Amino acid sequence: MRQPLIDGVEKVSGQALYTADLPSREALVGAILRSPLAHARIRSIDLSRARALPGVRAVISGDECDVPYGVIPIAQNEFALARGRVRYCGEPIAAVAAVDQATARAALDAIVLDLEELPTCFDAPSARAADAFQLHDDQPGNIARDVDHTFGDVEGGFAAADLVLEERFHYAEVTHAMMEPNASLASWDGERGRLTLHTVSQVPYYVHLILAQCMHLDASQIRVIKPFVGGGFGHRTETLNFEIIASLLARAAQGTVKLELSREESFITHRGRPETDVRLKIGLSSSGVIKAVDCEVVQRGGAYAGYGLVTILYAGSLLHAMYQLPACRYYGLRVYTNTPPNGAMRGHGSVDVRHAFESMLDTMAQTLGLDPFEVRRANLLSIPHRTINDLQVNSCGLGECLDKVQAASGWHERRASMPKGRGLGLACSHYASGSAKPVHWSGEPHAVVNLKLDFDGGITVLTGAADIGQGSSTLLAQMVAEVMGLSMQRLRVVANDSAVTPKDNGSYSSRVSFMVGNAAINAAKALLQILLQAAATKFGVPLEQVECHGESYVVAGSDKSLSYKEVVTLALQAGGTVTARGHWSTPRETQGGKFRGAAVGTSAGYSYAAQVVEVEVDEDTGMVRVVKVWVAHDCGRAINPLAVEGQVQGSVWMGMGQALCEETQYHQGLHMRANFLDYRIPTIVESPPIETYIVEAPDPNGPFGAKEAGEGSLSGFLPALTNAIAHATGLRLHELPATPDRMLDALVARKRALKLSAAKSAALKKEQA
Amino acid sequence: MSKRLVKLSVNGREREDAISEHTLLLDYLREQLGLTGTKRGCDGGECGACTVLVDGKPQLSCITLACRCEGSEVSTIESLAQQGRLSALQTAFNEKLGTQCGFCTPGMIMAAQALLLREPDPSEAQIREALSGNICRCTGYVKIIESVQAAAAAMAQTAGEAA
Repeated sequence: MRQPLIDGVEKVSGQALYTADLPSREALVGAILRSPLAHARIRSIDLSRARALPGVRAVISGDECDVPYGVIPIAQNEFALARGRVRYCGEPIAAVAAVDQATARAALDAIVLDLEELPTCFDAPSARAADAFQLHDDQPGNIARDVDHTFGDVEGGFAAADLVLEERFHYAEVTHAMMEPNASLASWDGERGRLTLHTVSQVPYYVHLILAQCMHLDASQIRVIKPFVGGGFGHRTETLNFEIIASLLARAAQGTVKLELSREESFITHRGRPETDVRLKIGLSSSGVIKAVDCEVVQRGGAYAGYGLVTILYAGSLLHAMYQLPACRYYGLRVYTNTPPNGAMRGHGSVDVRHAFESMLDTMAQTLGLDPFEVRRANLLSIPHRTINDLQVNSCGLGECLDKVQAASGWHERRASMPKGRGLGLACSHYASGSAKPVHWSGEPHAVVNLKLDFDGGITVLTGAADIGQGSSTLLAQMVAEVMGLSMQRLRVVANDSAVTPKDNGSYSSRVSFMVGNAAINAAKALLQILLQAAATKFGVPLEQVECHGESYVVAGSDKSLSYKEVVTLALQAGGTVTARGHWSTPRETQGGKFRGAAVGTSAGYSYAAQVVEVEVDEDTGMVRVVKVWVAHDCGRAINPLAVEGQVQGSVWMGMGQALCEETQYHQGLHMRANFLDYRIPTIVESPPIETYIVEAPDPNGPFGAKEAGEGSLSGFLPALTNAIAHATGLRLHELPATPDRMLDALVARKRALKLSAAKSAALKKEQA
Repeated sequence: MSKRLVKLSVNGREREDAISEHTLLLDYLREQLGLTGTKRGCDGGECGACTVLVDGKPQLSCITLACRCEGSEVSTIESLAQQGRLSALQTAFNEKLGTQCGFCTPGMIMAAQALLLREPDPSEAQIREALSGNICRCTGYVKIIESVQAAAAAMAQTAGEAA
């Protein structure tokens, strides 16, 4: 059902409180001193002058921060405040809490740093060079992780192929740039030794774990609350340094500290998609059937481990489950560099390789004389399907997605006769509906939802799932309402207060709709059972004879009836306020194979999408304008079609940002685009209409058949765009984003090459004459 | 830092407040008046999240000195709902999903409000132009345009019924 957001009224009225909006008149102001150098040994830090300033309540450095952190338990090599060494420009070194902003800034200025500059590596090739300076003593060759996976007979596959092509691609680094800058409000209760943190997290549970670890606290002495959060896109999946710093400052100052990062600082905190090089080789039969794939990916991972090993594994793993792949080799390399750490970003790991793959399928289709649609259709999965790397796919609506966008875009009617400079391009994409194995493997269920039903007849959904704008709280309420047969008016959602709501693994890898949705359905079923039992006892009939009609409970085939409120009263008489619980875990067969790294990419359900992009290329300026997008997304079952459309449009558009104009840039490690003017996000003026079609191929594991909708359409935009550019101009870009300068360089190079070959052939003719 | 006594109207309420000369309108609204609906999304004039109306015109409160609003009428997102009911724009942004994370929403709605005040029946191009300084990272703007169009249509209908 098309359902506005359950917290939409707060958002449009300005009543929604984000972290920086929380009442905190008495709070101290936090501020961070950051490294001016990209790589240096810290010889000494003198905090004494800063500490002596009036109004300064706490000054801390790496000395107060002796436990490393990181999102992956086996790869924690970062300190919230640097200890002994800084590895990127802008890395936090010290922090202060003071009575106001001016005093805090004065305190930062009073800190005396003595740094000894070290050699730097700003890109993957220089970090891999034989004489490169090592960023981490225990990481030889600056390699954070290498992956070498071979499935099937790759050499045999290429030998059997009629057409083999190998190409190289380069992708600029992009970042989340969520609208709300980073902020934390930390309160230390000195009397009882307890911490309360309000913060902008996507995974408050990770923050909770990391705080306990880094502050040497028992986790029960910490309370983490997520207020309204202004987007995340992966930036806030990891616990971030400022959250730990705010908490350490609060304890050091024995009070409350508000730490608001500037936009520049939020950009530097980064964790976005890495600069990536892809070498891809594909073998096709003459009818377009994929015979073998060989892919090599190198990612510039930044200064610390972060999510790196997962990202480099995803890039290989999600080569699969899109099409039928009989043989595939993947070699991945994650490299340390003196740049802000990379991490998870919407479409985690899958985006750049998907561009390379779909771009080459297009090129090869052309060589084989096949239509781009036909080459995709020749490789569709037959369902159920187990990939050669042990991903279990139980539903796939890609065929229908292709049909929809083919018809809607007028592909066959229009493509052959486009005006000059115009082109149409197609690409497909997919994504996981939550990782089938959580990062913190605790043995607990993968998702839990609690429900509270009280005397007022209202049902409160208690969840730890973090709504960061995607609408997960709305969806959970909808699912409970559906099972109970009630209207949304009876539902409330309380989310993300560790003192109240059950633990949740968080909003990442598009897991919430699928996993927490299933838990919500199970909780609602348990609650319904309690109400049916109360009604059956009153009616004096067996439970099976009672039917729930939402606002009434009736004995089947009779006129005996009780109102919902009456049944609630009866249920409460049996034992007071009713609580019900539901949980869910991914089925064993979806949790992947036995090899090292097998968990990454596994999911209990995969979404599929196809999109056609129409472009207009100005050959004089190199400007690429996206005229229109047609996208079809298979989300299994659209629980809230309004939200699905919003997620799909947002994904396509974020893909457009990466494809057209977004890229970070560093000068000697200094971020040159840490603002919204230089980091070029598409504005409303250049954003195209996105015609959105929902395809429903219900997944047997999904809640009411639903799958994810928030990531799967992103990666398809990039290749659909460059395929459209190739159609419009005959030029195929191997480097993104397709900024006017890159486009123009390609156009000019082609002109030169044409001139040169014309001159050569003229000279040849002359010679012959 | 000297303070000045400044007379202005905020959301229809006449005020006379002592304001530091260097205080930004955004900080005056958020910190002095507690009107946190207006958001700080950037380091100055980049994103539009802080858009308010000053004498009916959209203005970035993060690069406006509060003292310069002497004698002006300032309207923030908190002024739009009347008697507990959302305005046409707020209703449309809610119902059409012109808001996702909600952080750009107050600025986006105030910029759209300024547009509808001067052009009750805007073309799509006019909507795009009026909102060109407001960045949204969630929606791809598709449903924002639909929201503004729906609000304009609803307002036209209300005006028609009143006439």
